[in-house]
Amino acid sequence: MSAGGPAGRSGAHGPLRGREPFPDAARRALADTQLRQNLARATRTIRARRAEVVGEVPDWEALREAGRAIRAEATQRLPELLETLEAQVVARGGTVHWARDAAEATRVVVNCVQATGAREVLKVKSMTTQEIGLNTALERAGIRPVETDLAELIVQLAGDTPSHIVVPAIHRNREEIRQLFRQHLPEAPAALGDDPQELAAVARRHLRQKFLRAPVAISGVNFAVAETGTLVVVESEGNGRMCLTLPSTLVTVMGIEKVIPRWRDLDVLLQLLPRSATGERMNPYTSMWTGVTPGDGPQTFHLVLVDGGRSRALADPIGREALRCIRCSACLNVCPVFERVGGHAYGSVYPGPIGAILTPQLTGRPGDRVTGSLPFASTLCGACLDACPVLIDIPQLLVHLRGVARAGARQGRRPPSPSTLAMGAAAWVMADGSRLGWAGRAARLGRRLPAAGLPPLARWLRTRDLPTPPPETFRAWWARTRRGRS
Amino acid sequence: MVGADPARPVVNARTVVLGRLRRALQPGVVPEPIVRAYRQAGPSPPGAPALLDRLQARLLDLGAGVRRTAPDTVAEVIAALLAARGATTVVVPAGLPRTFVPGAVVDAADRPAPTLDQVDLVVTGCAVAIAETGTLVLDGSPDQGRRALTLVPDWHIAVVAAARVVETLPEAIARLDPTRPLTFISGPSATSDIEFRRVEGVHGPRTLDVILVTTGG
Ligand code: SF4
Repeated sequence: MSAGGPAGRSGAHGPLRGREPFPDAARRALADTQLRQNLARATRTIRARRAEVVGEVPDWEALREAGRAIRAEATQRLPELLETLEAQVVARGGTVHWARDAAEATRVVVNCVQATGAREVLKVKSMTTQEIGLNTALERAGIRPVETDLAELIVQLAGDTPSHIVVPAIHRNREEIRQLFRQHLPEAPAALGDDPQELAAVARRHLRQKFLRAPVAISGVNFAVAETGTLVVVESEGNGRMCLTLPSTLVTVMGIEKVIPRWRDLDVLLQLLPRSATGERMNPYTSMWTGVTPGDGPQTFHLVLVDGGRSRALADPIGREALRCIRCSACLNVCPVFERVGGHAYGSVYPGPIGAILTPQLTGRPGDRVTGSLPFASTLCGACLDACPVLIDIPQLLVHLRGVARAGARQGRRPPSPSTLAMGAAAWVMADGSRLGWAGRAARLGRRLPAAGLPPLARWLRTRDLPTPPPETFRAWWARTRRGRS
Repeated sequence: MVGADPARPVVNARTVVLGRLRRALQPGVVPEPIVRAYRQAGPSPPGAPALLDRLQARLLDLGAGVRRTAPDTVAEVIAALLAARGATTVVVPAGLPRTFVPGAVVDAADRPAPTLDQVDLVVTGCAVAIAETGTLVLDGSPDQGRRALTLVPDWHIAVVAAARVVETLPEAIARLDPTRPLTFISGPSATSDIEFRRVEGVHGPRTLDVILVTTGG
């Protein structure tokens, strides 16, 4: 949309802000049976696996507590850590760029690519590059971005957007994927079947030649270690390793909150992330590199540090909590609302419970009609807090953001109509067969939630002179909204 | 920008972003110390038989093959693996003992990485292995070679000395040099991107075999 325009203008938040409020988008998603079946299956499987591999770790709670503290320290020392990271990367032969917003970040990346003369670049799955709308910017500059993650490739071929953080093409079935491959990939045989093994093999053949020839790749990162300048990419397929190793130029785009203070912090985060994300003890491949290594991997390395609303989020106690997020997607997989509507309904690169917080924070528009509707897309059941590896109290933050949205409404901005939203969210959950389990659990947790006040939030609420939103249990809320309807 | 190109607007971005961040934080807030109450090490010392059993079980779980052998029979075990699959072209990093795979091509820095697509397999050493997760870590040492070497060929055989097997991730992190290029490998590559069904072997080597070299019984 208005890439290049000043941030804050309507429509300037492209990949972060949807076109319509959550309930409208969600209603359409609910009608999509394929999506609901795939999502239910995927989230159920990941939940079971995650429970198993988390349950076997005797010190899981100690790891979560350390993870919370490490990520909190990272946000509290952010400017200093970024300077250290920059110095380390530069000392080891890398180049560091800074970008205030999405437009600047995409300009920097396009320049880096243009300097090589390449007309095609390989991309590793990266939420930050989605957030800044990088593919559109590259295409506009005459450079073809090729997604190399299988799911991202499917999404790209379909002209689609991802519907889940970790399994972005979960809304597509094998038959649709077969057709996409037959239509777009020259390597696909005419008799291509719809077996996932066969489909993955076609993607392998298609991408291998590109991996071996491509001069430039673009990646994101999962973590950046300030004290050593080491960047970390966690993946499954090996497309990450290919992109980080074979091209002669690597451009890595990172949101500035991805930094962590020290090498040793990986003790904790590399245990928390794979178990929370995919329910694996360890993901198949993790790559780490520091600047440029002579004779091994890309000999030109650019690191682009993107603010994109993070400094604004940092100034806000809710935003600061949310910046601890390590994007594991555990909160999506346990969320009864996400399980039913999927990622598209949130209209943002960051869906699900954490997306409902990050999106209004990164866009700086918590009172907006669209992004302001997101905090209402939750039953406040507490499952996300239980799952979060870095102990982000998502329900508590959502309650506060609802207050902000309501306050925005009172100030005459277009209101997100809380009662409609609440009723919508409740209706989906209660229409489901497992509602008693969720509702009972919600009631239990709901009673606990208001007491679990975070000291910084409490302080913030005092200083901001905002009314504390009335804490309400799910059951009470349901009873109220249902009465209102019948 | 810091580095070769002194493009002015980007210098400005750095100042602006750092300024915003400093203003966003209240001055004088000291982060709480990190309480590392988690396990820094397992009860078994590196190379303990229990660890080797665990590593083996995890690797098998992940779809890798595992052989155990004494130091003087590594070459025989490798030869048997190659014969079983009819593999003939083998590449090894310069620092791998030549006796492991007689006749293997030694990788050279000036060999273009794409040509590695034409060899049947690569045999390397391993910096550290983590029993709890079934993970091998390569750090680019002379017996492991550059990263492309263990990535492009479709078959990777890793020779792991028992003494390099630790129990937990923190033990591995403590042993590694963060400034080297590191690759953590936990089984062959895999994807669950299509209807969340697991498919093994996407872009990395589709076959991973591990040879555990034990000195005792
Ligand atoms: S909020 Fe917590 S659970 Fe959700 S994605 Fe972030 S780290 Fe994972």
